[in-house]
Amino acid sequence: MEWETVIGLEIHVQLATNTKIFSGASTAFGAEPNTQACAVDLALPGTLPVFNDGAQKMAIMFGLAINADIGKRAVFERKNYFYPDLPKGYQTTQLEAPVVGEGFVDIETEAGERRVRIHHAHLEEDAGKSLHEDFHGQSGIDLNRAGTPLVEIVSEPDMRTSKEAAAYARKIHAIVTTLGICDGNMAEGSMRCDCNVSIRPKGSETLGTRTELKNINSFRFIERAIDTEVERQIDLIEDGGTVVQETRLYDPDKNETRSMRSKEDANDYRYFPCPDLLPVVVDDAYVEAIRLTLPELPDARKERFISELGLSEYDAGVLSAYRDQADYFESVVECCGDAKLAANWVMGELAKNLNAADLSIEKSPVSAEQLGGLLVRIKDNTISGNIAKKVFEVQWNEGGTADEVIEAKGLKQVTDTGAIESMIDEVIANASAQVEQYKAAEPEKRGKMLGFFMGQVMKASGGKANPGAVTGILKSKLDALCD
Amino acid sequence: MFEKTLSELAQDLRNGTVSSVELTQAFIDRINRCDSEYNAFITTTPELALQQAKAADESLAAGTGGPFTGLPIAHKDLFCTEGVKTSCGSKMLDNFKSPYDATVVAKFKAAGAVMLGKTNMDEFAMGSTNESSFYGDCKNPWDTSRVPGGSSGGSAAAVAARLTPAATGSDTGGSIRQPAAFCGITGIKPTYGRVSRYGMVAYASSLDQGGPMARSAEDCALMLNVMAGQDAMDSTSSAQPTEDYTASLNHSLQGLKIGVPKEFMSADLDSAMAAQIETAIKQLESLGATIKEVSLPNTRMSIPAYYIIAPAEASSNLSRFDGVRYGYRCEEPKDLEDLYKRTRGEGFGSEVKRRIMVGTYALCAGYYDAYYNKAQQIRRLIQQDFMRIFEEVDVIVGPTTPSPAFTIGEKVNDPVAMYMEDIFTLSLNLAGLPGMSVPCGQVNGLPVGLQLIGNYFDEARLLNVAHQYQQNTEWHTLSPVTA
Repeated sequence: MEWETVIGLEIHVQLATNTKIFSGASTAFGAEPNTQACAVDLALPGTLPVFNDGAQKMAIMFGLAINADIGKRAVFERKNYFYPDLPKGYQTTQLEAPVVGEGFVDIETEAGERRVRIHHAHLEEDAGKSLHEDFHGQSGIDLNRAGTPLVEIVSEPDMRTSKEAAAYARKIHAIVTTLGICDGNMAEGSMRCDCNVSIRPKGSETLGTRTELKNINSFRFIERAIDTEVERQIDLIEDGGTVVQETRLYDPDKNETRSMRSKEDANDYRYFPCPDLLPVVVDDAYVEAIRLTLPELPDARKERFISELGLSEYDAGVLSAYRDQADYFESVVECCGDAKLAANWVMGELAKNLNAADLSIEKSPVSAEQLGGLLVRIKDNTISGNIAKKVFEVQWNEGGTADEVIEAKGLKQVTDTGAIESMIDEVIANASAQVEQYKAAEPEKRGKMLGFFMGQVMKASGGKANPGAVTGILKSKLDALCD
Repeated sequence: MFEKTLSELAQDLRNGTVSSVELTQAFIDRINRCDSEYNAFITTTPELALQQAKAADESLAAGTGGPFTGLPIAHKDLFCTEGVKTSCGSKMLDNFKSPYDATVVAKFKAAGAVMLGKTNMDEFAMGSTNESSFYGDCKNPWDTSRVPGGSSGGSAAAVAARLTPAATGSDTGGSIRQPAAFCGITGIKPTYGRVSRYGMVAYASSLDQGGPMARSAEDCALMLNVMAGQDAMDSTSSAQPTEDYTASLNHSLQGLKIGVPKEFMSADLDSAMAAQIETAIKQLESLGATIKEVSLPNTRMSIPAYYIIAPAEASSNLSRFDGVRYGYRCEEPKDLEDLYKRTRGEGFGSEVKRRIMVGTYALCAGYYDAYYNKAQQIRRLIQQDFMRIFEEVDVIVGPTTPSPAFTIGEKVNDPVAMYMEDIFTLSLNLAGLPGMSVPCGQVNGLPVGLQLIGNYFDEARLLNVAHQYQQNTEWHTLSPVTA
């Protein structure tokens, strides 16, 4: 039987506020355990939450970016359950009245553009972390993360392949990083994904029983976890079994999913409106004021890269996906005035070096201005493309502007025709056999034979001879010998 | 000295008739001598008190003192006090020393008040008798075989027994007014949001409100001047400007419109008490007020509504007492579930457990609409009843309790009978309105309380009415003890 996969995603995005959603403690990542947890985060008796407006503003920015209705009156509710890293014994979240209502994003798929509807997005607080290692049979609790603001983005089950799910997650990542409301660092848990996966016979309209894959923190794992789970569900059903509604954990090392808890074990969370917090009321003027502050979003930027800068659809898509990369690219274009050349370098040499060094673009040792300066020297023929790669390598390792590196290393292109002519004369004098072959060849085949002489001249110049000038002079000198 | 009110003592301090150290020492000695009879205090803080008194004397001498400088008070043991045990009357917090001051405590400190200690209370403020305290019953100074009322029983008994001139209390369903009535003192529950709840250990967040308990309306006004005001740490505290609550005490009652709800003067009310209440109402009439019968038809529903909403919120508020971070932890827990079950099973008393279970049940997915939502609807009806009446009258007057103080143990095994005692007080908390209890007579040597109910933020008017009544009656000056 042919099966169709149905996928919906719940994405948790940590908001980049300086302080927590309900307290004044810092949200910075990586501090010593429990050094960024104040009386409120520890849920000391008598403490009360105070809502951080910054989180509200960021959630509204996200809502506007996905064309959503903004809740005029958002209500925080308590989701009650016991766990040691949940200090109050409840998570403060939103249920009936979330800050962001229905919206959508468009994603690129193999089958063309596809719309993924977003059911809603709500604000909530993150829990702390339980540390089960190094405590000799006991567990450690780190509450630094407790109270970090999250936006949970709940999609409709609109995705049909793991690739679409990953593309959707990438699009959300692009939006939140472009808005600057999340650092996007998935390895540090700034964005985490729960995937709801079910299968059904192709053509069927009813949804199959779903399983939920928890806390996946990379795009690659989203694809692999879904593929693995879909395979498991198909095998199960085709062997006469049934899928049980449950929460499963994806183990990337073994590439398998395994059961965490079934629906029967599920808590009754006993949601009710949090009496310590007032409903968050926003008016149109407030929302419109935020709309005015929105940066250009990835989709719009991509369109502009195509229409104004003449980039290909693919290049525009890649370069607009991350705000830092898109900003970098635009700075390079501004310096060198050549979008295509800038795109090739940002996606080529720069990306290659960043990947090898595992660096994000804002940590690049070569700044956009430095790269732009380098490209200017290619365009004005000071250096060739090949020399430029050498200059870039020096800039990457040692720093400096392109001009400084070119000067210091003597890499300036030779355009002086006298110097080029004497190099060519020497090459011709030392290659009598090849010159004879050239002379003997049919005129139309001589062009191909020029390459040998070019290579020799470039070698003699240490790569610095201007290739255009060399070609012209070489051709006229050789053709003169043929007459 | 022990018979003097706060206002009189403040005068003496300013005149230099007595120093704060002398005054404080006298009360410390009196507590040491007499409190074994009442068990009004859980903790006394004589060293801290004398330090504060010394500092107060210095600022009085320097002329920098304010109206409250050097006056001794006690705090109900649910206000967090830095470095001092804050038990909430529970084994669960018997070992808990708060690392911070509640806003109310901090305000009294800043005003130069001296803290004598922390008073006894029903466990987590759940009770009307003080019998649920882990620290044992507190006795009514008028008859030590009787309850002082609750939950602020310790504060009421301490003021009545002249162990302190005044104390703080908290009122979720009558916990200031009922013990004030039982012990023959004056207490006011301000409008919800008038006094910060930050640092006041939560019982039912949407109902809890701290307030003054003292010997006269004038003293309550003096205390409310210190306690009232918006607090950035409590989102539910009101931005409504505060006023000098002593300023209008002497206004005439001429033209005051008083409503008397017929439901309050019904068969629920002890007939001897009814006579006292009627006499008090006549007294107010003779001071210039006009009296009108009004109706609060939903009063009866306040008990079931309250006993859904308060336990529901409590079940969530008390989840934080899990043995993980502070407070009681069971011996040798086998695993996490065992830690939770035994910590909470051993740490909480029976009334607290009863309310947690009732509240948990009321919030369960299948019952939420039938109980919690229904109770919230009743709450709105009750509020509408009051709003309708306040279109016609300025103040509502009636009894605080259906009967005078009952004997210890009388209602311990009949929780519903105990809950019925709150019939006249609960509806104010549900509506968020301010209310007072003022001594207005005696039945068989036991005090009777007159309840005054005001419109939102009309505390000054309530205090004015109470003060005028007290200027013309002696009930509030009667003492159960010879000091």
